[in-house]
Amino acid sequence: MDSAILSLLGAFLLSIMGLFFFIWSMRKGLLVENPRAATVIFAPGELGRVDDPALQGGAQDRWQGAIAKPGESDHVEDPDELRHRIEADHSTAFPVFMFIAFAIFWLVLGSLAGLTASLKLHMPDLLVSEAWETFGRIRTIHLTAVLYGWITNAALGVIIWLLPRLLRTQLVGAMWVMLGGALINTGIASAIGAIGSGWTDGMEYLEIPWQIGIFIVAGFVCIIGPVLYTLVNRKVESLYVSVWYMVAALLWIALLFIIGKLPGVHTGVQQATTNWWYGHNVLGLWFTPVSVGAIYYFLPKIIGRPVRSYNLSILGFWTLAFFYGQVGGHHLIGGPIPGWLITLSIVQSMMMIIPVAAFTINMAGTMWGRMHLARQSPTLRFMMFGGFMYMLSSLQGSLEALRSVNQVAHFTHFTVAHAHLGAYAFVTMVLFGAIYFMLPRVLNWEWPYPRLITLQFWLAVLGISIYFVGLSIGGWLQGLAMLDASKPFMESVAVTIPYLQWRSVGGSLMLASHLVFAGHFLAMALRFGPTRTGAALFTRPTKALELAHGE
Amino acid sequence: MENEVKLAAGAMVALSVATAALVVLPYLQVRDIKPPEGLMPYTSAELRGRQVYVANGCVYCHSQQPRDRNFGPDAQRGWGRAAVPGDYYYDKPHLLGSMRTGPDLFNIGARQPSKDWQLGHLYQPRAYVPGSIMPSYPFLFDVKDAAEPDDDVVKLPPNKAPFGKVVVARPEALDLVKYLQGLNHTYPVLPPPVQAAPASPATPAS
Repeated sequence: MDSAILSLLGAFLLSIMGLFFFIWSMRKGLLVENPRAATVIFAPGELGRVDDPALQGGAQDRWQGAIAKPGESDHVEDPDELRHRIEADHSTAFPVFMFIAFAIFWLVLGSLAGLTASLKLHMPDLLVSEAWETFGRIRTIHLTAVLYGWITNAALGVIIWLLPRLLRTQLVGAMWVMLGGALINTGIASAIGAIGSGWTDGMEYLEIPWQIGIFIVAGFVCIIGPVLYTLVNRKVESLYVSVWYMVAALLWIALLFIIGKLPGVHTGVQQATTNWWYGHNVLGLWFTPVSVGAIYYFLPKIIGRPVRSYNLSILGFWTLAFFYGQVGGHHLIGGPIPGWLITLSIVQSMMMIIPVAAFTINMAGTMWGRMHLARQSPTLRFMMFGGFMYMLSSLQGSLEALRSVNQVAHFTHFTVAHAHLGAYAFVTMVLFGAIYFMLPRVLNWEWPYPRLITLQFWLAVLGISIYFVGLSIGGWLQGLAMLDASKPFMESVAVTIPYLQWRSVGGSLMLASHLVFAGHFLAMALRFGPTRTGAALFTRPTKALELAHGE
Repeated sequence: MENEVKLAAGAMVALSVATAALVVLPYLQVRDIKPPEGLMPYTSAELRGRQVYVANGCVYCHSQQPRDRNFGPDAQRGWGRAAVPGDYYYDKPHLLGSMRTGPDLFNIGARQPSKDWQLGHLYQPRAYVPGSIMPSYPFLFDVKDAAEPDDDVVKLPPNKAPFGKVVVARPEALDLVKYLQGLNHTYPVLPPPVQAAPASPATPAS
């Protein structure tokens, strides 16, 4: 009776507030489209020009031909603007290279550990003689290496590279950023050593011992300082939506990590809610906004067409900011925690459909009529795949939070499959695409073997598809078996075995894809491959090489 | 919406709402909970064993949170009554877990109190549970030619010990088994009070 009145009252207040917000946004003109804000990522002359540094020589021209339509490229080039961008790229080249190099190292190590852990689940007597090899530790090494090592480093690389470009200024304090990167990676390396030796804080996603966490927090502080300083000293008036996502994400992850790791405060059930508040937010308020921000930059940039609706992207940002933070409780459905908290988390999980729908409509509108470009552009292919998987994984996550679905999926491999759909098919693929775009600009050198990019893409796509489909089916069957009281528990184990084996097959393909990627990166960094003086993209050697940026 | 103050302030407000809901309010609500009468604090051997449980990541396959009957047949499987916040009074870090690749262990001490079974099962799970995918933990044991006087020899099923040798539990294994044996939350609990407000004794229950 009490709760019924409260929820009615709550719904009434919410609708009144929503009404006032709507009136306010009408008055502010927020519902009027704002095309100027959406085009800040283009220098004059760039609208209607495709841009993919991962493409080779003539391919870019042929590709341009595929979209040439009258009326879209009547901008006049402005060398001043391009010079700003070249200066911005110069100021970030070193730190970005450092982040990417670390990221790729951790990616290979982390996926090796992941494959080992996967094999152990259907070959339980494999590698058991040493303590550090046991499943519980290898699995955690995998998680730490890929989440903190790979995704966090790569995300920082993307942020540091994009912000000065978007703010039309140089990065201030690159040395501090590099110091921060060194501290973070020291922390990650120590954490992996600690977990291997059995020293862990023991909570999922928060395993890194808090003493080592101090390095990571110090590293984030060293990076946030220069980023904020660069933001304040920007040369553009309006902030592009990617800036919103990325700066907010940086602030969020630092605070999340500090609060989650506060030693001696959290205990018992409250620690469990804090654990999942952190665990879900590290995905929702760190990986997701960085990747969504990256898509909002790269996708329009590559196809040379501004994002369809700037306001929709801002709506997506604020709804993500307000809803995503509260969904963590759905990891504890049925658990010994207050009911209101779980209900709140389920409601907010459903609300997450709003930012996802805003993103999807916007991206579909932007890509409309140009989807075929993905056939030629490797970066675009990664970005489109990642964006599509964002929609799928987020919608799946919302559904999984419903009690009826959760009842089956909770405690099973279904959740693991879902986590990989988000962290791999969405976030990792977007980061791959971003790296393929950024590195030719960072190193001033082309990707030496373009076919490897295609090979890597298909290996990764095939790998994650086998992984996700197999493990989702296996996990669902596991959940159904566990709910059936007439079946012994061991039946829920036996039913998963073939699917766990398929997971190892998918995982091997993903590891192979990462080895191709790492090899290609090394070849590029060491300037192997066909000899080229600078990026062969630009066919006019007389022109100062870097001035050709953006063409 | 074009300045950085709005960005930072908005981002922080969003995060604080979430933190208030998922961190601070649970903290306030759970802070004053008393341990149930039947719950004993961990002994030092159990605490050491709990550390072994944490270090080897048992939590990634074993939950410690039996659910209510509406959610699943946890009680019928012998995993125990639905857990209440007070059950976790002494738990730090919490080990609620999120996977049931193996069964829930919140009441394993009541379900399988045998020390011999637990030690042998840790040494080679498949000697006891055919088809189990739990890793074996040989690094918690020593394999010797002959046992010394105060050694804890593991009594394995026939043909499961290395030929002509004895398997002796290391202190970590013994502590871990003490912790598992101590995992017993079968004592009765009253349903948690519906409201956090202090109950006045004169008010009849509605």
